[in-house]
Amino acid sequence: MSRNPFSTSRTPGGRAGAYVDTTGINKGAVLWRLTKLVMKHYKFSFLAVALCIVVTSVTTLASTLFTRTLIDDYIVPLTQADNPQFASLAQTLFTLALILMLGVVCSYLHSRLMINVTQGTMLRLRTGMFDHMQSLPISYFDSHPHGTVMSAYTNDVDTLRQMINQSLPQAFNSLITISITFASMVALSVPLTLVSIVMAGVMAFSTTWLGKRSRSHFKNQQQKLAEVNSFIEEMMTGQKVVKVFCHEKQAMEQFGRINEELRSSTYQANRIANIVMPVNGNLSHLSYVLIGVIGAMLILGGHVDLSLGTLVAFLTLNKSFARPIANVSQQVNSVLNASVGAERIFRLLDEEPESDNGTVTLVNAEQEGDRLVPVKARTGKWAWCIPTRDGGEPTYVKVDGGVKLDMVDFGYNKEKQVLFDINIDAMPDQKIAFVGGTGAGKTTITNLINRFYDIQDGRITYDGISITDISKPHLRRSLGMVLQETHLFTGSVMDNIRYGRLDATNQDCIEAAKLVNADGFIRRLADGYNTILSGDGGNLSQGERQLLAIARAAVADPPVLILDEATSSIDTRTERAVQKGMDSLMRGRTTFVIAHRLSTVRNADCIIVLERGHIIEYGTHDKLLAMKGKYYQLYTGHDI
Amino acid sequence: MINTLLKQVKQYRTAALLSPLFIMLEVVLDVLIPYVTASLIDKGINAGHMGNVYIYGATMLGMAFLSMLMGILAGQYSSYASSGFACNLRDAMYRNIQTFAFSDIDKYSTSGLVTRMTTDVTNLQNAFQMILRITVRAPFTLLFSIVMCIVISPRLSLIFVVATVVLGIILGVIISKVAKTFAKVFKQYDELNNAVQENVTGIRVVKAFVREEHEKSKFGTAAQGLYKLYVKAESLMALNSPVMNMVVYGCIIAISWWGAHYVVGGQLTTGQLTSLFTYVMSILMSLMMLSMIFVQVTMSAASGERVAQVINEIPDIVSPADGVTEIRDGSIDMNHVSFAYKGGSGEYALHDISAHIASGETIGVIGGTGSGKSSLINLVSRLYDASRGSVMVGGRNVRAYDLTALRNAVAVVLQQNVLFGGTVIDNLRWGNEDATLEQCREACRLACADDFIMQMPQGYDTRIEQGGTNVSGGQRQRLCIARALLKQPRVLVLDDSTSACDNATDAQIRANLRHQAPEVTKLIIAQRISSIKECDRIMVLSEGRLSGFDTHDNLLRNNKIYQEICALQEEDAGDFDAPESTRKEVEA
Repeated sequence: MSRNPFSTSRTPGGRAGAYVDTTGINKGAVLWRLTKLVMKHYKFSFLAVALCIVVTSVTTLASTLFTRTLIDDYIVPLTQADNPQFASLAQTLFTLALILMLGVVCSYLHSRLMINVTQGTMLRLRTGMFDHMQSLPISYFDSHPHGTVMSAYTNDVDTLRQMINQSLPQAFNSLITISITFASMVALSVPLTLVSIVMAGVMAFSTTWLGKRSRSHFKNQQQKLAEVNSFIEEMMTGQKVVKVFCHEKQAMEQFGRINEELRSSTYQANRIANIVMPVNGNLSHLSYVLIGVIGAMLILGGHVDLSLGTLVAFLTLNKSFARPIANVSQQVNSVLNASVGAERIFRLLDEEPESDNGTVTLVNAEQEGDRLVPVKARTGKWAWCIPTRDGGEPTYVKVDGGVKLDMVDFGYNKEKQVLFDINIDAMPDQKIAFVGGTGAGKTTITNLINRFYDIQDGRITYDGISITDISKPHLRRSLGMVLQETHLFTGSVMDNIRYGRLDATNQDCIEAAKLVNADGFIRRLADGYNTILSGDGGNLSQGERQLLAIARAAVADPPVLILDEATSSIDTRTERAVQKGMDSLMRGRTTFVIAHRLSTVRNADCIIVLERGHIIEYGTHDKLLAMKGKYYQLYTGHDI
Repeated sequence: MINTLLKQVKQYRTAALLSPLFIMLEVVLDVLIPYVTASLIDKGINAGHMGNVYIYGATMLGMAFLSMLMGILAGQYSSYASSGFACNLRDAMYRNIQTFAFSDIDKYSTSGLVTRMTTDVTNLQNAFQMILRITVRAPFTLLFSIVMCIVISPRLSLIFVVATVVLGIILGVIISKVAKTFAKVFKQYDELNNAVQENVTGIRVVKAFVREEHEKSKFGTAAQGLYKLYVKAESLMALNSPVMNMVVYGCIIAISWWGAHYVVGGQLTTGQLTSLFTYVMSILMSLMMLSMIFVQVTMSAASGERVAQVINEIPDIVSPADGVTEIRDGSIDMNHVSFAYKGGSGEYALHDISAHIASGETIGVIGGTGSGKSSLINLVSRLYDASRGSVMVGGRNVRAYDLTALRNAVAVVLQQNVLFGGTVIDNLRWGNEDATLEQCREACRLACADDFIMQMPQGYDTRIEQGGTNVSGGQRQRLCIARALLKQPRVLVLDDSTSACDNATDAQIRANLRHQAPEVTKLIIAQRISSIKECDRIMVLSEGRLSGFDTHDNLLRNNKIYQEICALQEEDAGDFDAPESTRKEVEA
């Protein structure tokens, strides 16, 4: 019986039936690493638990063996006595009670300590994973499905819980119980022990055999479950289309088919799993009878020196000998699952973090005469602090916001280059607009400037400093980003704006909102700036969310801005508000904008037209129109 | 709720009943075995009677074999019943969801329905199997063991009664506390998941603002909270085992003491005493099991509630019993139509709209976000029902038609359109199951889709991935239009269906529809003025009201809102590169 009724129950928050494939993993190495990890922080807890297990086993054994003492040493002599005295029995019982109490205390200590070990390890793993994840490059998130990443925190960590909490101590416990029981059995009677061993072997064999068969069925069931899940997911997403096309009947039929397949595979898997318990239980009965009969024969035949009490005690011992063997074989499944989970967790923990060799930092500065000096307080002026090689006085360079791309080549992987020989020279306070079709490489360029990705060839400089020399956090702090896809976080509107600069006062946040035209709608919300947003700001309209994202960038007040305009169907009026917000933010900053609106493009200092990773045209609006090239075509919607 | 769920046992009822029956038999045998053991010791070994040893040994073996058989049978039937139960639950939900109106789907949300059909059903299946296997076994073992004890020694049984009551009370208190704490654990778990999800999806924002440390501390707090709650819940639960041990040990000592007296006094045999020890264990074990089941069942109750809700949901729109199946023509009449979303703020999304559209007309619909464009056209195919007023198609109220007939006659290309996993032609045949390849190609030509399909590796047999992720947004829209055209509808509704197509394609599709399907009434919702300029008439919606319904030229002259939209778009706010909305899929 398991100690914890939640062990195999639902995984909170997790999707049931994620298909687990155990092939191709070095389970041994993974499990060893996991065990080491647990042991490292909880050496003493484990030692204490081990001690508790030993004590508990001994006391359990004592209570088992007590039956013999009771019968042989007390009851039998007492029945034969003329005037039975129970005083010595009382004394023995009292001693026994003390021993058993010790056992109870130890068994509680054991569970309690294991909770700390298990939950502590899970906490450590979760925070460790999360902390490590924060250091990973964007490419990790772009190349791993979010669902898989998330399930590492839930499903995978949960599989470990069962293993640490149950399998580890149980393995130890079984080992102890088996050896102690075995020793006692040998001490009681060698021939009977042999019978016991044979029966235990049969039991272990049957459990493993059935286990193997049910595992393959369980695998099949998991696969079917995954199929049903994905079918349901697809059909529920398209349910409105199903209705519009009156496709209900066909959808029903298809579902009925795979639903039936799942049912049948579930039945097969559980059917075999359910055999294990009765078979084992009754094998132990068989063993009981065998030993009883053989024991009786031995006693009655007078061949061996065996007392009645010993036989009775042996019968009980035999039961406790069989149980852990069956237990261990049942734990195999949980250990296998855990090894898969642990493997995924370790893979995340082993991901190479974002490298950062930059030493140049961003500091607040003040002009003193003709030189810049760093100051603590916010001055609105910034300087790059360039340390000297020999550790002497660093030099300071004013942050102007000039960004230059020089013969830049880039590809997300080696096989496919997506940007070719890109040259851009953005002077301070200029507005650079990128225009071009799908996959032209507009977003990619902005991802290179903030070093979400690193270039393969060429050079990008910021105020004359190569961006690889600037510490990444400082580089990014100097660049404000408004992404096309807005992401807001659970929390108040104020918190979301403050995300741009954590030490911003409420007044700063409100000023920023006013600057970008967001103040009006925020005040109309139920709780104004204190309105709580949840589910990625689900209760706001697309345009409103965009405005908040702009306010967030505004409060950060960076020297350089990267804006990705929204293309989703916001209506013309909201579009206007967003547009105005962006315009006021751009004033006095170098801005890179991925443009979708004519108005944004028209007054840009330089428009860069991209096609398939090449700059094919660039210049001002008028100049490009006059060229009658691709830009003209895009702008007018006509072929030339 | 329990009633609703139990009804779904259906054809598995026999199995569901047989399983506990076999378990009962198994329990009886299990409980009797120690009794036989006692005889084996007393009458065989103790009495030095080898014959009795064989007799009782054989009896015991026979019983063990029977008990195994019962156990296996019970296992078979319970897994058969529980997997069948789960299958029926999914089926019942899915079946009822098929009858859902749009408003019902909105109410549950897609992801809500998915969880109910997967995780919740799995929870219920496990709970059901456990109820079949253990809920019967535990109380039955308890009862039977107590009976046996009383048979052996009524006086010693008093010890069990006292122990059972004490243990029952203590476990009861622990469980009720644990259940409460675990409810909190699950909530905290959701919060933790939410924190991870927000971080992963918003990672660009996190990195761009260098907020890694901030995120770490946020997550740390949530994880720490979960840790504390978990430790609390599990510590409470950890009390179970020592409490039980203590009671068991107490019983052993008490039985040893009084038992010894009785044996000495001759009221009890040694064998009976050993059997009593065995019964102590099984009584207390079954109590322990009961306590665990209780916790588990409480936890799956929430799932049961959610599943029953879906099964019992009465759809908002049902097809009339003897609905009209013939739709005469594509004329549409709206008489003082008002509409409010159920479960919304209660505010009207549409106010008192009256309009008359002749069969074969091409009508443009324009207006800002939330002006009610989609709401309006959804009433025509009765995806929603008007709250007030009437909507007529082909001269009859839409409520009079058979739903299937109506929706086949009024083809809607939804704004959020979806393709399904399968080949291109499979997807097209949603419109008409029996359509030939040539008919499909014809529809695709109209929708400007034939060219790109033919360029795909396997043409019309090319596989479309789930959700249509391997075609661009514009291509998907064109396939969806073709699919709708295959229905050969009287009315065709395009809800912003060409937004991802470039201007030229957009214009081509409209021209094709005009020339090759002149008798079909066309309702076209669009953001771009250019998409609807040439329509016969244009509906201008503003905040749920019909502000104008006339030709482009007249509206430009008379309608202020229309003038404003035109001015804004022509001046500067036009889309620079409309096909851009496919960008997301390409990058993802």
